Amino acid sequence: MPGSLASEAMRPMHERSNGLGGGFAGYGIYPEYRDFYALHMFFDCRDTRKACEAFLKERFEIVRSELIPTRKMPSITGEPIIWRYFASPLPSVLKSLQLDEKEFVARTAMRINAGMDGAFVFSSGKNMGAFKAVGYPEDVGEFYRLEEYSGYAWTAHGRYPTNTPGWWGGAHPFTLLDWSVVHNGEISSYDANRRYMEMFGYKCTLQTDTEVITYMMDYLLRVQGLTLEEAAGVIAAPFWSTIGRKADAADREKRLYLRKMFPSLLVTGPFSIVLGFTGGLMALNDRLKLRSMVVGEKGDRVFIASEEAAIRMMEPEAENIWAPAGGEPVIVRVKEGAY
Amino acid sequence: METINIEGLSYREINERLRATPACKLAGCRGQRFIGAGMGSGELTIEGVPGNALGAYLNGGSITVLGNAQDAVGDTMNAGEIIVHGSIGDAAGYAMRGGRILVKGDAGYRAGIHMKAYEDKVPVMVIGGRAGSFLGEYQAGGLIIVLALNGGRPVGSFPCTGMHGGKMLIRGGCGDAVLPDQVTARPAGPEDLEEASGHIRAFCGAFLYDMEDILKGPFTLVTPNSKNPYKQMYVMN
Repeated sequence: MPGSLASEAMRPMHERSNGLGGGFAGYGIYPEYRDFYALHMFFDCRDTRKACEAFLKERFEIVRSELIPTRKMPSITGEPIIWRYFASPLPSVLKSLQLDEKEFVARTAMRINAGMDGAFVFSSGKNMGAFKAVGYPEDVGEFYRLEEYSGYAWTAHGRYPTNTPGWWGGAHPFTLLDWSVVHNGEISSYDANRRYMEMFGYKCTLQTDTEVITYMMDYLLRVQGLTLEEAAGVIAAPFWSTIGRKADAADREKRLYLRKMFPSLLVTGPFSIVLGFTGGLMALNDRLKLRSMVVGEKGDRVFIASEEAAIRMMEPEAENIWAPAGGEPVIVRVKEGAY
Repeated sequence: METINIEGLSYREINERLRATPACKLAGCRGQRFIGAGMGSGELTIEGVPGNALGAYLNGGSITVLGNAQDAVGDTMNAGEIIVHGSIGDAAGYAMRGGRILVKGDAGYRAGIHMKAYEDKVPVMVIGGRAGSFLGEYQAGGLIIVLALNGGRPVGSFPCTGMHGGKMLIRGGCGDAVLPDQVTARPAGPEDLEEASGHIRAFCGAFLYDMEDILKGPFTLVTPNSKNPYKQMYVMN
């Protein structure tokens, strides 16, 4: 599917954003570099890029380094230098640090974002990439020429910042490794979540709440090895009273265990999120369902959006339109071997 | 009836056209918000998916949607009627104070949230399918009818949270959903159904159902059980 499909679906959603942030994540878009981490970067100037490149070259083998192609548009202004590297961590570095590849890449992204002024890693996964900017999402899609990318899964987001600045790094999706999160809502538990995640080396640097969900998912899924369903049961844990009424004793025990094990990772406040990962997507609402979410399908494609109108934009004949319940994860996986 | 193709039109342009046209059909609707907002009379039929806040502040006339509708349909409506031939999103009839909403399919979360009533203004919502969680949250007046005609539990979790006025009539009952302490559920009697029968008849007329079949019920009536629901919130008073 071309990225323009997701970008066009944002047109009827125009009223949901205010032009202060739009973005996309595409999966399966770099098949020719599938074994390399695609590092998408913002730099404030050439010197920053040179300094960052020197830093990266000590740690990675860079097989390709280029400007991300964009289109000049009157509606998108003030762009930083937007660059991408296809890179692989040097085995000698991994060996000396005794880190696995993913942990090393995640730490490198954190280190650049927290410590290198004017440089931001906004995408760091394999065979996927985020594209984001200050602007309306349909314009951002054109700006990044998304029609030239083809992927098996796309997420899209239009921002309407209410509490924090609208800036290039603050647009959704927020990514780490191949996780990406787009989020509609406002996280009341942000600071509790952030403080907990900082104990494990995750640094929140992008001035907005959604970022922490990405790191929480990385921690729960990659570091702790939870399943997607279990991670959903942590961040959108059912109420104690709901758990108490569960007839299935094994399910009840498991829910209790997850809530007790990760109390600081409960996300409160309204949210509907879509998590992108290699091989699929997971959509999740807060347990009170304070934000809307609709799912539809057609053939072997699944569509998830805040409004049915966006689904109809992508597929006018979409079928089985339904609204998942609060806290009920919807997990869509691409067929094995198809990515 | 005039048909207006609204593809690519903004809600402002659409509503300006509507104010100049007493009866019309909108074709090519795709998510435009606020359609028919504040409309006081006329007949409007919609093809496609109308955006959020359809018929907000509706003050008369009728709006018919030939498919699904999205969130906050009939937000704060005061009079008139909205008929949805598909399902409806979250927070339908938010704070409505009069008029009627008929939905053939299911309703999302928080249908009838903060419905109220005032003197002769008694809002009514009839849901043909099932209602999502938090049905009638903070309901202060009016009547919500859930028919569950396609089976399944008629209401989701936490129905009637904060409900302190109005009525709910549920075909079947709330199943194993837990009702809060301040409401009472009991089997509906003939006089309760009598009050609702005009609305159920309108529903059957709009969507071609057999009224007798539906009235076989059984129905459960849910009402708040206290004139002072905040009695014990802080201190006894």
